[in-house]
Amino acid sequence: MSGNSSSISKPPSVDPGAIHKDPDMVIFGFWVFMMSDLIFFGVVFAIYITMIGATAGGPGPRELFDFGSLFAQTMLLLTSSLTVGIATITMKHQRSQGSFLFWVVITLLLGLGFLTLELYDFSEMAAKGGVPQRSGYLSAFFGLVPLHGLHVTFGCLWMLVMIVQVLMVGMTDLVKLRFLRLALFWHFLDLIWIGIFSVVYFGGWVYG
Amino acid sequence: MNIMDYGWLGKLSWDSIVFSKLFTNFSVSEVVASTAGSIVIFATVAILFLLTWFRVWGTLWSVWLTSTDHKRIGIMYIVFALVMMTRGLLEGMVMRAQQAAAPDGFLYADHFAQLFSTHGTIMIFFVAVPFVVGLVNYVMPLQIGARDVAFPVLNQISLAITASSGILLMVSLVVGEFSTGGWSAYPPYTGTDFNPGVGPDYWIWAIVFSGAGTTLTGINFTVTILKCRAVGMGFFRMPMFCWTVLCSSILMIFAMPPLSVAALMLGFDRYLDFHFFTNDLGGNMMNYANLFWLFGHPEVYLLVLPAYGIFSEVFSTYSAKRLYGYKSLVFATMSIAVLSFTVWLHHFFTMGQSPTINIVFGIATMLIAVPTGVKVYDWMATMYRGRIRFTTPMIYSIGFLILFVIGGLSGVILANPTVDFQVHNTLFLVAHFHNVLIPGVLFGLLAGYNYWFPKAFGFRLDERLGKWSAYLWIVGFMLTFFPLYGAGLLGMPRRSFSYMDLTFKPYMLVAFIGAMVVLCALVTLILQLLVSLRDRKKNRVPVGDPWDGRSLEWSISAPAPSYNFAELPRVTDRDEFTETKEQGRAYQPPKVYRNIEMPRNNPLGFILCVLSGILMFALVWYIWWLALITALAIIVVVIASTFRWDSEQIIPASQVQQDTERWLELVKNTEPVGRDLENTPQNNGYAKLEH
Amino acid sequence: MAEKSGFSVHLRTYLTGYVLSVVLTLAAFWAVPAVGRENKSVLLLVGLLGVAQLTVQLKCFLNVTTQKEGRDNLALILFSTLILLIIVLGTAWIMGNLAMRMHTTM
Repeated sequence: MSGNSSSISKPPSVDPGAIHKDPDMVIFGFWVFMMSDLIFFGVVFAIYITMIGATAGGPGPRELFDFGSLFAQTMLLLTSSLTVGIATITMKHQRSQGSFLFWVVITLLLGLGFLTLELYDFSEMAAKGGVPQRSGYLSAFFGLVPLHGLHVTFGCLWMLVMIVQVLMVGMTDLVKLRFLRLALFWHFLDLIWIGIFSVVYFGGWVYG
Repeated sequence: MNIMDYGWLGKLSWDSIVFSKLFTNFSVSEVVASTAGSIVIFATVAILFLLTWFRVWGTLWSVWLTSTDHKRIGIMYIVFALVMMTRGLLEGMVMRAQQAAAPDGFLYADHFAQLFSTHGTIMIFFVAVPFVVGLVNYVMPLQIGARDVAFPVLNQISLAITASSGILLMVSLVVGEFSTGGWSAYPPYTGTDFNPGVGPDYWIWAIVFSGAGTTLTGINFTVTILKCRAVGMGFFRMPMFCWTVLCSSILMIFAMPPLSVAALMLGFDRYLDFHFFTNDLGGNMMNYANLFWLFGHPEVYLLVLPAYGIFSEVFSTYSAKRLYGYKSLVFATMSIAVLSFTVWLHHFFTMGQSPTINIVFGIATMLIAVPTGVKVYDWMATMYRGRIRFTTPMIYSIGFLILFVIGGLSGVILANPTVDFQVHNTLFLVAHFHNVLIPGVLFGLLAGYNYWFPKAFGFRLDERLGKWSAYLWIVGFMLTFFPLYGAGLLGMPRRSFSYMDLTFKPYMLVAFIGAMVVLCALVTLILQLLVSLRDRKKNRVPVGDPWDGRSLEWSISAPAPSYNFAELPRVTDRDEFTETKEQGRAYQPPKVYRNIEMPRNNPLGFILCVLSGILMFALVWYIWWLALITALAIIVVVIASTFRWDSEQIIPASQVQQDTERWLELVKNTEPVGRDLENTPQNNGYAKLEH
Repeated sequence: MAEKSGFSVHLRTYLTGYVLSVVLTLAAFWAVPAVGRENKSVLLLVGLLGVAQLTVQLKCFLNVTTQKEGRDNLALILFSTLILLIIVLGTAWIMGNLAMRMHTTM
């Protein structure tokens, strides 16, 4: 797992029952959380699929989607997935704290860029009458895509907290463990995004 | 009206307080509502007064509210569940009285609708779930030989948001009104068009928050069982209860998200004028039914599987036999867990999909009866030729065995779509699900409560009153719900606050008498606790093994030390403690005493409980400034808590040694007792070897 | 030295994953407008490309393996996928059938 936590030293064996800091367990717990979140997304995807035709005479995918901006968003998020990965291996191989922070900041900027473009897209859609109050279809769209955006926002906030903590206490085991989970979370959001551009945008565009 | 058009207090006004209706519209219905409201206020004031009178605020804070100990969190869950159960049960009584008095009832239709909505919501989300989670919290880490659950602070947070949602439901008795849409809250009836009040909003937020708590609990338990078992405890050496908990936790992880999504989408429809489930503009209310039951069906197995686990422990302990067909029980549990995700459509056979789909789901539903049947035979075979003692948990378990089979069979009848078309939405269904939930879940939980109580508190519960309570539950249940099968077959719709056809009346009268018996059962249960508290000196079992237990939780003192085990056990057998007793290895001091690292107390849970409670209240009443402040405060508090670096404390080896040696000394001076004297004051928790 | 080579091996994995993902994304973004929406089977292609990209990212970014030490994770992911498929396909089946029988669009 990218939870491969080999870079984190296990606590000395004062007591074999002190399981609270076992890095493998913590990472596994986070995987379980992500799978629960996956089902959460999956359910919203299912609702979206059932509502593709429910435009109620309002604007649909063909009027509203901008594939150029979508492509830019996809690339930003994909690249940020690479940079967060580079940050992880910098951390694992004990490179300098500076280069680690550099890659984290790059990731954060890419994430913020993604969010900016997404919000711009939403405002463009609203200008064309594409607001969630207009139809069941648009409700489903705005129930799903901003849900992903909200996760990205949360990830950005998490990244800020991590930067502060690294500057405060350095690369302690706990900080490393938290960053490993953040990286997992960030990769996971990119996986969800693949589903979003395939199903929400392309699926909506073809069937809507 | 635009949602931003409300003032500083949102929708709140004097008319929102329940008592105001007494003046504007004096009637029996309002008197009942006001009485309920005053009970809440009176109880709150009384508790606050008593806490101050006995000066226990400090203890409450440092020992309970901030505790991260899984045992204390478990006990708090159970106390919470019992309080909520009292309310849910009283609501059931009032409903039975109303239907027995019909056609001249004493409640308004709306009030009756609030009663069945709160009754269902409370019994499922705030009684069954927290009671299960509480027992699991207490027992499971002990059974697998762990010091705590995998994520103790997360555990605390789960309790916090479950409790705050429950408190919100209590607040709804005094301020405003609850939803009238039933526990399943189907739109469009619960949408703004038909239900502009605050009722459904109370439902939505209580469900969203407590649902999140349950999901987190599921994650916590799953990781605990998969990663924290004692050395040597392979999967097939886990006690049966742990297996059922594992499957149930997996259901929590995967079944709660559809409910959260459904409730949130309903919230979006209501607050922001979205069109997920509305009648107009492309909304589709059938999507809601689909989502709700994607959660709803796994939910019942989430509840009943741990109860199966409790029954397995009880049957095997009180028959002094190894559990029969352990592996078949494990596989049955796993198949039930997976199958439970494939049957949700049977809750809406009549929605209008094709017969093919109905048949597929009908057959899948009937399939679940197979693994369940396997279990019933395994339990009976466990008792066969055992050294059976007819104790309180056994009475519950045998009552379960018989009644649950009846309930299960009525489920197989309902699984047939053609039959379901005739009886859907009648009292037949109400009888069916009470017949599986009361004997299945509640009896299991009460059996577990009687069974593990001495472990948690160091003294046995009063056996005579316990038996009375068990018999009253069984009789009361049968009198209340068997008539409902008949009334349902005659066509009486569920949730009707009155009826004109007097054919139903005799059934309703019998059911009302049954409800009174159930009330007696509850009173006896409370009496049992009070009497046991009075006699606690006499019934002490400090050695910790009053029932000749078979699994690890019985191998330590009662009540258990905060660190559970002085030395973590190495497991060699499925019935590990029985094995050690028989080989004479029980009650040995550890080879070496070591420092033990445990999580420190943490105020995070309590703070989140308060903040999330205020947040939900503000959202229900459209008090936006308050909602914004509390939401931000929650984020800030959570982030701030990550800056707490020293979350562990060390329990010194010397203290562990002192505790353990004192306990071993006690064991040495205690007379072992045989099974015949199990329920006498001679039983100090040291079981004599008898076979 | 070993430290250094470990770093570059990891870096290469991530870069491979990135390049493959970019290619698969480009293919999807190229295929949809090129084939057009008249031919609905283009979605099949998009779906396959999506699944391929999911696999690539799981392997290269999330380091999910079939090796023994990663078994727990793999089992977890497979089980979650099973539940996900039951939920999504089941919903699409039921609601699609309902829409067809009620003559509404889905």
